[in-house]
Amino acid sequence: MSQPERPGERRPSQSRGNRLSQFFSSPKSKDQVSAQQALMAMQNNSAPIITAASLSLPSISLSTATAGEPNGDEIATTLYQPPSSAETDRQKRLDAQFGPLIDPAHRYVSKHHGEPLRAPIIDEPPYYYVLTTYISYLLLLALGHIRDFFGKRFSKKPLYRTLRAANGYAPLNDDFDSFYTRRLKLRIDDVFARTSTGVPGRFISLLDRVSDNFNETYNYTGTNTETLNMSSYNYLGFAQSEGPCANAVEQCVRRNGLSFCSSRADAGTSDLVCEVEREIATFVGKPSAMVFSMGFVTNASSFPALVSKGCLILSDELNHASIRLGARLSGAVIRSFSHNDMMDLEKRLREAIAQGQPRTHRPWKKILVAVEGLYSMEGTMCDLPGILNLKDTYKFSLYVDEAHSVGALGPRGRGVCDYFGIDPSRVDVLMGTLTKSFGANGGYVAAEKHIIDKLKSCNAATMLGESPTPAVLMQILASLRIITGEMVPGEGEERLQRIAFNSRYLRLGLKRLGMIVYGHDDSPIIPVTLYNPAKISAFSHEMLKRKISVVVVGYPATPLISSRARFCVSAAHNKDDMDRLLAACDEVGDILQLKFSTGIAGGLKPLPDGVPAENEKSWRETNGRTAAIDPPRWTLEDIIAHGAADAKVRLR
Amino acid sequence: MDIQEAQAYLQDSLHEISQAFQKVPGSSVLIRYIQSSYQNDPVRSFIELILVIFFVRYLLSPSYATHGPNYVKLREDEIDELVKEWEPEPLVGEQTAFEEIEAEKVPVIVGPTGPKVKLLNGRTVTNLASYNFYNLNASESIKEKAIQTLRTYGVGPCGPPQFYGTQDVHMTTEGDIASFLGTQSSIVYAHAFSTITSVIPCFCKRGDVIVADRMVNYSIRKGLEASRSTIRWYKHNDMEDLEQVMRKVAQEQAKKRILTRRFIVTEGIFEMVGDCSDLPTLIELKEKYKFRLALDETWSFGVLGRNGRGLTEAQNVDAEAVDMILGSLSGPLCAAGGFCAGSKDVVEHQRINAAAYTYSAALPAMSAVTASETLNVLQCNPEILIQCRENIRAMRAQLDPRSDWVKCTSDAENPVMLLVLKPEVVQQRQLSVADQERLFLDCVEETLANGVLITRLKTTPLISSLGAQNAEVNIQPALKVCITSGLSKKEIEKAGVTIRHAITKVMTRKTNRQPTLAG
Repeated sequence: MSQPERPGERRPSQSRGNRLSQFFSSPKSKDQVSAQQALMAMQNNSAPIITAASLSLPSISLSTATAGEPNGDEIATTLYQPPSSAETDRQKRLDAQFGPLIDPAHRYVSKHHGEPLRAPIIDEPPYYYVLTTYISYLLLLALGHIRDFFGKRFSKKPLYRTLRAANGYAPLNDDFDSFYTRRLKLRIDDVFARTSTGVPGRFISLLDRVSDNFNETYNYTGTNTETLNMSSYNYLGFAQSEGPCANAVEQCVRRNGLSFCSSRADAGTSDLVCEVEREIATFVGKPSAMVFSMGFVTNASSFPALVSKGCLILSDELNHASIRLGARLSGAVIRSFSHNDMMDLEKRLREAIAQGQPRTHRPWKKILVAVEGLYSMEGTMCDLPGILNLKDTYKFSLYVDEAHSVGALGPRGRGVCDYFGIDPSRVDVLMGTLTKSFGANGGYVAAEKHIIDKLKSCNAATMLGESPTPAVLMQILASLRIITGEMVPGEGEERLQRIAFNSRYLRLGLKRLGMIVYGHDDSPIIPVTLYNPAKISAFSHEMLKRKISVVVVGYPATPLISSRARFCVSAAHNKDDMDRLLAACDEVGDILQLKFSTGIAGGLKPLPDGVPAENEKSWRETNGRTAAIDPPRWTLEDIIAHGAADAKVRLR
Repeated sequence: MDIQEAQAYLQDSLHEISQAFQKVPGSSVLIRYIQSSYQNDPVRSFIELILVIFFVRYLLSPSYATHGPNYVKLREDEIDELVKEWEPEPLVGEQTAFEEIEAEKVPVIVGPTGPKVKLLNGRTVTNLASYNFYNLNASESIKEKAIQTLRTYGVGPCGPPQFYGTQDVHMTTEGDIASFLGTQSSIVYAHAFSTITSVIPCFCKRGDVIVADRMVNYSIRKGLEASRSTIRWYKHNDMEDLEQVMRKVAQEQAKKRILTRRFIVTEGIFEMVGDCSDLPTLIELKEKYKFRLALDETWSFGVLGRNGRGLTEAQNVDAEAVDMILGSLSGPLCAAGGFCAGSKDVVEHQRINAAAYTYSAALPAMSAVTASETLNVLQCNPEILIQCRENIRAMRAQLDPRSDWVKCTSDAENPVMLLVLKPEVVQQRQLSVADQERLFLDCVEETLANGVLITRLKTTPLISSLGAQNAEVNIQPALKVCITSGLSKKEIEKAGVTIRHAITKVMTRKTNRQPTLAG
């Protein structure tokens, strides 16, 4: 790599001293002044301490510092001089961005083991919850409409200003279009768009705010709360303001400036962007790639360049809005198939090929199947082997959006192909974002060279849109090289294995608590269903009280009934964080009555001794009723005690 | 034995079923009803049963036809055969010869962009192809600010704005933009190019009417397409035509007694032509006919006016009179992303309804801070704009009146100078759009050979999406020369001479001299 990172600024191995204290009380957020002081202290102090010689020690990697050492305190003292307060502060800051690995055993290789991918079992809550959910929505809708009816006619509140025709202008918003926003979302608006500050790493600082007019406006109190970050798409923990990535970015800004101030086709193509494109292509296993400065635009502008009138797009019903917009702008016919349902996809393919284009019955020019690698609201992975089976028969082109899966899945972090052990050349177009796992911004498309060449020539975002900034490009390059192990060998692997372990551990723990969890076992997106709309905000508030920030979503982003909280696991978390979250979920689950799983989706009590997991089915059959499925309601202690070991074998 | 077992099992399960049935609330009522309706008349019960079945089937059947009227029912083996026979076209077509040459000629910059750039082949050339009008890219103090931000925020915000992706720096930048422009409020998008594409469909729905200039750029056209509204066009910058169209719309709606949202969508500086809109007249008309105005200032924000506030400042219009002002932070401001400024209602509506805002990651904190900083520079040092304008004048003097071949369609204050072939040249040589593109490609190459990097207006995306409509719109290929204040007046003049000579050289080449129809 062209940018030599200064050895003095490497991330040092972790001391365990402040880990415990931090678990119980997350480090108090200091304002930016202290951050700057700490930074200066780092530059002044740490350089002479860590010499070039010490760099060759294995203690550079986060994990190896404590490998095989149950008591790591001695190691820490041998590596450091007695830490000064500035040093401790800095360490705290680093740990707040990327947690130290507690035990080298807390790692797992994210990999598919060959059996056909089964759709995750969707557990259902007792009818009581379904019924009350519907009644809640009914009430909310009825009340909303009543208030709108009278408000629009009589009220002078500014809320209704945009809904009325005034002064000869039609209303700015249709009341129907904005009904959901005004009448449902506004009630719980304070759980959305919470403003944060600082690095969205392991912890995230939220600006405290209050509203005295029912969430129409907020007053910021001027204080921050540092919370455990279960909300950012920081899969591999590259949201960091220190360490090799940030150092590389700093140098790059000093050298290359702030922007290329031009579109790619004019004068925005730099050697840096070419290098990033080459690296990404090698990483995802395609001959060629191109980068965009925004993930949304990658999809929105790629579809019009690939398909046009006379083509058919078969899109998974849960595909992201950017795919839908791109598909719509392309002019092709769009049909959707049920989520991850290969039977339905095959049925639709057969019908499409047999019937041809509507009215004319002429054969389709091309059929493009668009799926996502990992679905951000469900936590499910696409059934890539199943789709590829169909692809051989039906000769369609395949577009896989790896927005969430690249970096987060696979033994080498290279997305769904890597996870399933499939040759990437069998997928026609691999698209992904660089926002999530790489901690940067933008997106890429990777494919055969002639496809990328053509795309570059006719893609509007390349011709007219802005090119990515140097800082973003360098962040991509540096994080990519850490993942592949070119930079800081061992760290990339550790990050990949940590997120895989955390995902499985948390998923298993939540199931054992008795919550209904969606998604596949290895997915780092873990949605927990809440059902009743009132629980959406209640859950978020209760979690915030326990200093955990979570994403909650409800209708219309999800089906009406299954509003949910979504945890995004990161490699920056460690088992302590997961335990902290489980403890909070245990309490909140009791308060909000969220433990209603029946056990069919997993989290069961262990099998009796002597019954291997593979024989579970036959054991159940022979024992008949005595082995009926009990709803899992483990205690927190049991979950923590058994979780780490159980997360590494087949989840049940 | 087996039979007995089976019998016992059958009885068991029958018993269980009846037990379960009795547990269902209302089951006894049903049984009583059947008993009373039976009345020793099996035919009657049979008819009732058929009625019930019919009713259930009717309820479950979809209320619309599941297949189109000309659905052809085929046997499975016929479908198999069709599947076997079907050969899709390749996913993408071949690159055309022109595209290949174009791709080959894309300059690759090594190191930072600036008034002088180093290219991959080792040469250092004068850069008149970037939107780095004030060379803020080289400002050490802004870089320092960006690095400070990096050290407190990292690079990416790792999430969409609604899910913890909004950071305090974004709110600061939004406030800065709003106060710079003088609007109530503003919203920052992560990408300038897609901002307006997503803002238009956020307000304009099916049935609404949009009146747009024919020359609007690609992003706006895509936004109009996505909105599914009724689009009416008016001749480029022709206010009389606009009034006519607006009057017609107003009359039609008055006649039908409907009132829909009505928008005028136009640009401050037109990307495809380079000239300015007449904002005072637009405002007058919009108020007269009760339209709302969405003004795309991507190319005029940071450029026009004393402090670069855009068209509103240059033409002395209150920014609040324009309903939506959209702009870019990625060009002369050297940051990234775009924004939409307007009243609070307009802005807040976008936060949940604009696709490019809601479904995309937020802008990196570094870029947000950079934007705030560069806005501050513009506000405090308006002299950099003056310096840039002097350079524009110097360049113009070298090109527009002196060249026999090209003329500049850009506004006198627009640092992006678009040079199109003079109509008489086009007519005399019967040059098609493709011919002009090819000639300009040669000009760019010739200029670069003489040490000046310029570029062409990229018309292909727009023209190809327009298709046959381009006959009406008439988008003309152009050379694009971007002026920067980072060069001295002398250097600009020298570059201007180079460009002029290069154009003359290409136009007088033997191969180009004959009038050709096929390029």
